[in-house]
Amino acid sequence: MDDVLVRMEGISKAFPGVQALNQCRFELRRGEVHALVGENGAGKSTLMKVLAGIYHPDAGTITLKGQPVHIGGPGAAQHLGICIIHQELNLMPHLTAAQNIFIGREPRRGFGLVLDDRLINEQAEALFKRMHLDLDPKAKVADLTVAKQQMVEIAKALSFNSEVLIMDEPTAALTESEIHELFRVIRDLRAKGVGLVYISHRLEELKQISDRITVMRDGSYVDTAQTSEIPVERVISLMVGRTIYESAPELPEHPSDEIALEVRGLNRAGVLKDINFSLKRGEILGFAGLMGAGRTEVARAIFGADPIDSGEVIVRGQKVHIRSPKDAVAHGIGYLSEDRKRFGLSTKMDVETNVVLAALEKFTGLAGWVRERDTRTTAEQYVGSLSIKTPSVRQKVVNLSGGNQQKVVIGKWLTANSDVLIFDEPTRGIDVGAKSEIYKLLNELARQGKAIIMISSELPEILRMSHRVIVMCEGRITGSLTSAEATQEAIMTFATQRGERAFVHPENGDAQ
Amino acid sequence: MKTESLPGPSAMTRFLRSDASQKVLAFGALIALFVVFSLASPNFFQFSNVVGILLATAVNGILALGVTFVIISGGIDLSVGTTMTFAAVMTGVFITNMGLPIPIGVLGGLIAGGLAGLVNGVVISRMKIPPFIATLGMFNATKGLSLVISDLTPIYFNDAAGFRDIAMGSIIGIPGFEIPNAVWIMFLAAIVASLVLSRTVLGRYTFAIGSNEEAVRLSGVPVAFWKTAVYVVCGLFAGLAGVVIAARLNSAQPSLGAGYELDAIAAAVIGGTSLSGGEGTILGTVIGAFIISTLTNGLRILSVPQEWQLVVTGAIVVLAVYLDLIRRRQR
Repeated sequence: MDDVLVRMEGISKAFPGVQALNQCRFELRRGEVHALVGENGAGKSTLMKVLAGIYHPDAGTITLKGQPVHIGGPGAAQHLGICIIHQELNLMPHLTAAQNIFIGREPRRGFGLVLDDRLINEQAEALFKRMHLDLDPKAKVADLTVAKQQMVEIAKALSFNSEVLIMDEPTAALTESEIHELFRVIRDLRAKGVGLVYISHRLEELKQISDRITVMRDGSYVDTAQTSEIPVERVISLMVGRTIYESAPELPEHPSDEIALEVRGLNRAGVLKDINFSLKRGEILGFAGLMGAGRTEVARAIFGADPIDSGEVIVRGQKVHIRSPKDAVAHGIGYLSEDRKRFGLSTKMDVETNVVLAALEKFTGLAGWVRERDTRTTAEQYVGSLSIKTPSVRQKVVNLSGGNQQKVVIGKWLTANSDVLIFDEPTRGIDVGAKSEIYKLLNELARQGKAIIMISSELPEILRMSHRVIVMCEGRITGSLTSAEATQEAIMTFATQRGERAFVHPENGDAQ
Repeated sequence: MKTESLPGPSAMTRFLRSDASQKVLAFGALIALFVVFSLASPNFFQFSNVVGILLATAVNGILALGVTFVIISGGIDLSVGTTMTFAAVMTGVFITNMGLPIPIGVLGGLIAGGLAGLVNGVVISRMKIPPFIATLGMFNATKGLSLVISDLTPIYFNDAAGFRDIAMGSIIGIPGFEIPNAVWIMFLAAIVASLVLSRTVLGRYTFAIGSNEEAVRLSGVPVAFWKTAVYVVCGLFAGLAGVVIAARLNSAQPSLGAGYELDAIAAAVIGGTSLSGGEGTILGTVIGAFIISTLTNGLRILSVPQEWQLVVTGAIVVLAVYLDLIRRRQR
C-alpha cells in the first residue's frame, strides 16, 4: 500500500532492568488519526519516542514512505517530517510563541549572527492563520493557557512541514471547549494528509477522533482495529488482558448522620466565593467542575495550604482554626494532591519513609530518634491492607506504578489518623486496571467511616463513586446533587453556570 | 473556561507582573539613593565623587555583564572575580615580564579570561558538573594560578607608558569634567552585551536554555555548545574587567578578586535577573551595579564603618530577591 507513511517492525528497547519494548510493530497511514492505547507502562510513549528519534531501538526497522530510515536524533526526525508533542509540553515559557516555534532554526542576518524576529513573527502569524487560530506570535508562552501552548507546539510541528505528528495525551489538561478546538485542528491536518498518532487514556475520546486503534500491553503489540468496528469494552479488555466490567460497584450503605466536616462561608478574594458544604462520616462527596473552577483551591484552603479571607471550618462539631497544613493534619484532615510526585510523595525515598512521613512524631522517641521497628511494622501493615505491590517496604517509591504510588499516599494519611480525606484527581495517570482498585479502596475507606471528598474531572468517575456531588464554576458552588439526581447533563449544566463573576483572576493552580 | 472574557487585571497588578517592574523599581531606588545621600551630605553630589562612583561601578559592572548571561542561562559563575585577577596577572606577564606591546598584552588578558570560561563551560556542559561546583573549582584554580604566576607579588606597569590610560585617561569629556575611559569601556561593553543578548542567536539560546533546557535540546539545538559559549562570554567579560582593573591600579594585584563575584551576582539580581533562569536584562544589571557602588560610596561619605556597609549591601540583595519573589507570586 502506498499510502503507508510509517511502518515500524520488530522494535525492541531495553532500559536497565526493564524490557520496555519487545518486538513491537506499528503502522501509520497518510491522512489518518491512529490511536495508540495501553495501560501505563505498556510502552506507548517509548515506542513513539523511538519514532521521534529520542530513543534508539535495540532492534527493529523503521520505514518511512517505503524507504528504510535511520533516525539519529530529534533533529533528524524533524528533518524527516516526524514531530512529537510531549505530554509535558516542551516550550520555553520565557520566550514568545514565535521564538518557540523557530527555536534552533532562526532566520539570521548579518553574518549569520543577528536574528530576524520580524520574519519569524510573520511566519508564525501565517502558520496560525493556516490553523485558523487567533494567537499573537509575540505573546510570551508563559502567559498563554495550556491549550494555546499546545497550539504553539502544533504550529511548531507544522512549520517543519511534518507529515507525521505524534501527540502524547494531548487532552489531559484541556477543557471541553479546548478539546473541541484541538479536534478541529486535528481533523484539519488529517484532511491535509498528515498522519497523526494519538496517545490517550480517555477511551471515549478515541471514538470521536481516531480512525484506527492499536493496543499495546507490557511492551508488546497486541492488536490493531478500525475504531468504528471495535467496542470500547473490547479495547479495555485488550489493554488489561482480561475482561473488566465497567458497571458501577455497590456504594457502601448510607453514610451515617454524624457530620465530619462542615465549611461555612469560605472566601478568598479572587479565588473562592462563599463556599458552604458539609460532609458526613462514611460519605463520598464528589467535587465536579471544569479546570480552574476552584475545586483544588477549596481543598487547599481547608487544608491550610492557602490563606483564606473569611470562613469557618468545623471538624466533628468543633470550630477549628487551620492556619497551616500542620494544623489540618492535627485535626485529622488529609489532602492527597493531584500531583503525587510533586506534592504527595518523596519519590526518592522508600515506601516505609513515605508512609510514616506525616505522622513521624508518633514514631520518635528521645531526641528525635526514630523507632525503625515501629515504622517498619506500620508500613508493612499498610502494604498488606492496601495491597500495595512492592517487593519490600524499602523499595523507592519512584519505582512503583502510579496506582501503587497513590496507595502509598493513602497509607500515609491513614497512618496520620486522618478521618477526612480529600482526594484530588485520585486516578489521574493511573491505568484502567489500577483505577478500579483505587475505587474499591475509596469505598472501603468510606465503609470504615472515613469522610471523603473526591475532586475529579472525569464525570464517569464522579457519577460512579459519589453519594453526593457538588459542582463548582468560577470559584463558587453552583450546584449540589444527590447521586440519584446526578447525571452528566446536570453536572455540565451547573459546571458552566457563569452568572455574576465570583472573582477577577482565576488561579488554575498551575501558576508558577 | 474562556480566558478572553476575564476583566483585565488592574494597572498596578499589570505593572507588578511585567518584566519592566524590577528595572523601574531598581532605577527608582537608584534615584532615591542619590537624593537621600545628596541631602545627607554636601560632599556626595560633587563631580569628583560622582566620578568616583562611576569608576567604582566600572569593574563590577563589566563582571556583572558576563554573570548576567550565565544566570539567564540558568547557571551561576562564582569564578569571575578571581578570573579577573588571573587575566590581570596574565596581562602583566605579557606586558611587563615579556615586554610585549600593550595591545597584545590586552588581547592576552582577554583570552586568559575566555579560556577560564571555556574550561568552566566544558566542565559544566560536557562533564555535567553543576555550575556551582565547577565554578567554585575555577574560583580556587584561578586564585592559585594568579599567585603562582606572579610569585605572590604585584606586577607593575610602570614601564608600559599609556597602559594606565586605558582606564584612567579620558578620551571623551569636557576639560575639567573628565570621565575616565574605564567608565566608557563599561558602557560600551554593556551596549555590546545588550545587543548580543537581545538580537543574536547566542542571546536567544541563552534565554531559551535558562527557560527550558530540555525543550531546547529536543528542538535539535546543540545545547552543550551554546552553554559553553555562554561561559566563554562570561570569561571574556571577566578578562576585560581584569585589563581595566590592572590599568586602573597600574598594577596586577594577585591577591585581589575574591568577593567580586558576589557583588557581580548581586548587581545582576538587583537588576531583575532571575536566579532560576530565563529572565534578565543588561540595563537592569548596570542599574544594579550602580546601586551597589552608590550605596557603598554614600555610606562611606556618611562615615558608616566599612563593616556596616557590608551588612547594608547584604540586606539590599536579600530585599531585591524578596521583591522579585513577590512579583513572581503575583503572576
